[in-house]
Amino acid sequence: MKAFVGRWQTWAGFGIAAVLLFGVAPMVFSEFRLSLLGKFLCFAIVAVGIGLAWGRGGMLVLGQGVFFGLGGYMMGMHLKIADAQIRGDDVPDFMQIAGVRELPSYWEPFASPAFTLLAIVLVPTAIAAALGLGVFKRRVKGAYFAILSQALAAALAILLVGQTSLGGSNGLNRFRTFFGFTLNDPANRRMLYFIAAAVLLIVVAVVRQLMQSRYGELLVAVRDGEERVRFLGYDPANIKVVAYTVAALCASIAGALFAPIVGFIAPSQVGILPSIAFLIGVAIGGRTTLLGPVLGAVGVAWAQTLFSERFPSEWTYAQGLLFIVVVGFFPAGFAGLAVVLKRRRKAGTDPEGGSGKVPEVDSDPDAEKVGATS
Amino acid sequence: MDVLIGQLATGLSLGSILLLAALGLSLTFGQMGVINMAHGEFIMAGCYTAYVVQQIVSSAGVSLIISLVIGFFIGGAMGALLEITLIQRMYSRPLDTLLVTFGVGLILQQVARDIFGAPAVNVVAPPWLSGGVDILGAVVPKTRIFILVLAVVCVAVLAAVLKVSPMGRRIRAVVQNRDLAETSGISSRKTDITTFFIGSGLAAVAGVALTLIGSTSPTIGQSYLIDAFLVVVVGGLGQIKGTVIAAFTLGFLNSFIEYNTTASLAKVIVFVIIVIFLQVRPQGLFTVRTRSLV
Repeated sequence: MKAFVGRWQTWAGFGIAAVLLFGVAPMVFSEFRLSLLGKFLCFAIVAVGIGLAWGRGGMLVLGQGVFFGLGGYMMGMHLKIADAQIRGDDVPDFMQIAGVRELPSYWEPFASPAFTLLAIVLVPTAIAAALGLGVFKRRVKGAYFAILSQALAAALAILLVGQTSLGGSNGLNRFRTFFGFTLNDPANRRMLYFIAAAVLLIVVAVVRQLMQSRYGELLVAVRDGEERVRFLGYDPANIKVVAYTVAALCASIAGALFAPIVGFIAPSQVGILPSIAFLIGVAIGGRTTLLGPVLGAVGVAWAQTLFSERFPSEWTYAQGLLFIVVVGFFPAGFAGLAVVLKRRRKAGTDPEGGSGKVPEVDSDPDAEKVGATS
Repeated sequence: MDVLIGQLATGLSLGSILLLAALGLSLTFGQMGVINMAHGEFIMAGCYTAYVVQQIVSSAGVSLIISLVIGFFIGGAMGALLEITLIQRMYSRPLDTLLVTFGVGLILQQVARDIFGAPAVNVVAPPWLSGGVDILGAVVPKTRIFILVLAVVCVAVLAAVLKVSPMGRRIRAVVQNRDLAETSGISSRKTDITTFFIGSGLAAVAGVALTLIGSTSPTIGQSYLIDAFLVVVVGGLGQIKGTVIAAFTLGFLNSFIEYNTTASLAKVIVFVIIVIFLQVRPQGLFTVRTRSLV
């Protein structure tokens, strides 16, 4: 009975989300706000991946900006080349200004749309898998992993700033077309929003499937007691690598959508600050849940758009306070709050509480202890 | 040959800066396992201490000495306050500590921006530190030699304090076995606060020293923090000698790779080398061996 209700709830949830994203949002919001929402959805896609790796897997992924940037830059390179080809030039506009007459060799493959799409999927997957294998197989975990992922973000951001053939600190911007569709046309921009919404739904569905599967249980088990899982005959490293790679893939796809929707991709989206900023939405929404990160990411991004330009100083204070209050005192986020309320209301009648998806919210202090002190 | 010596000098200087920045971390992160992302902001606090002191005391030489002392106590007080208010509640959740202290760091940065403004400010180096010293054909600025000496002094004092003083003994006892230390009558709470005070104070001392070689902006701490963390990761937990060796190794690596490529590429290459190094020694250069499984 409960399983049936759970399943029904899930489908209903998906249905409602689809109606909201595809039906209500385009009607209610103006053109500008819709593309703003598209940008938020990109952050939400990243957040879903972080929820899997951090919330379920206990890996503090502080370098998601790396994969976000990789996806964004690869998409950006393709868009710039396509724009140049339409104009009949050999090289993108910013290179012309710099006096470059020939396309750098590593740009060339990105002239092909198929190669670009494939690379957006494969390159981050390969990097995350290689890094993950290298790190997790040697049982480097917890704080060490967090610092390494952060160092990677810092290194890539610095590297990108130095690359004049990638636009330096300006990054890639002013895209005119998206796979042949001109971006000046509101209809095409609306299409981009729909793509982002569809991708978000797909990513949520896939990650939900992962979380519900035996793999998802193993992942939580690794988070809560890595050694025990090892003694049961599993290799925790492989389990963690999968979650890390999926999170990286989410970030890359999100980055690839971010570039055309927002119109730029720059080192400022790659470094440490943006990478950690991805986490705050996840923490607020509830890191161990599926939808918490989505709502949290959209909420935080929305708040940032509202406040950061009018009150830049206050917004930074608020951001810092959010980290302190939410992570320090409400590690389960809003989802945890909901669970607590539900439990209080039901006190005693239903010890399990909820739909079987959320109850394990933050009972994991041990897990992280394991990680950092080894 | 000149190039080699020049790069050696650069590496030594970079290494000593890394060492100063990482020394405090090796106490708080290496020994207590707390990842304090606000450590960089304690460095920044040291920088601005030097700046403020110089506004009051006009003589650059006197102000440098005063700020080194005052900086230590300001940084230490900030660290102790952070430990008492937030970190002590979270010893069982080190990864969350990272995010919480990152939030603290964001706030401290903004405080600095609101007080001192976003543009960088400069601290005048004392006259007896201007100019350079000719070492085997390579001219090394005196400020960098001062930093090297300061780093060596800090390491020596810290090592001596940990080794012989009662306070140091208590710190080592708590680091090695918290429960047993408590059973022996040591207040681990007080020891934690002391450790944090010293670690954060050292960060501020590093900050004061950094004003000699560059200008100070609210984000200065961030730029040193990651490198400092990497030093501790490579050096291994719980021992100062690991931090010292790692700091100079990374300093030399950076300066030599940078000479052959570019500054930005050097960072990436060093990162790759560190990941490869961790394949061989996942616990860093040195580690305190225990029999515990985790």
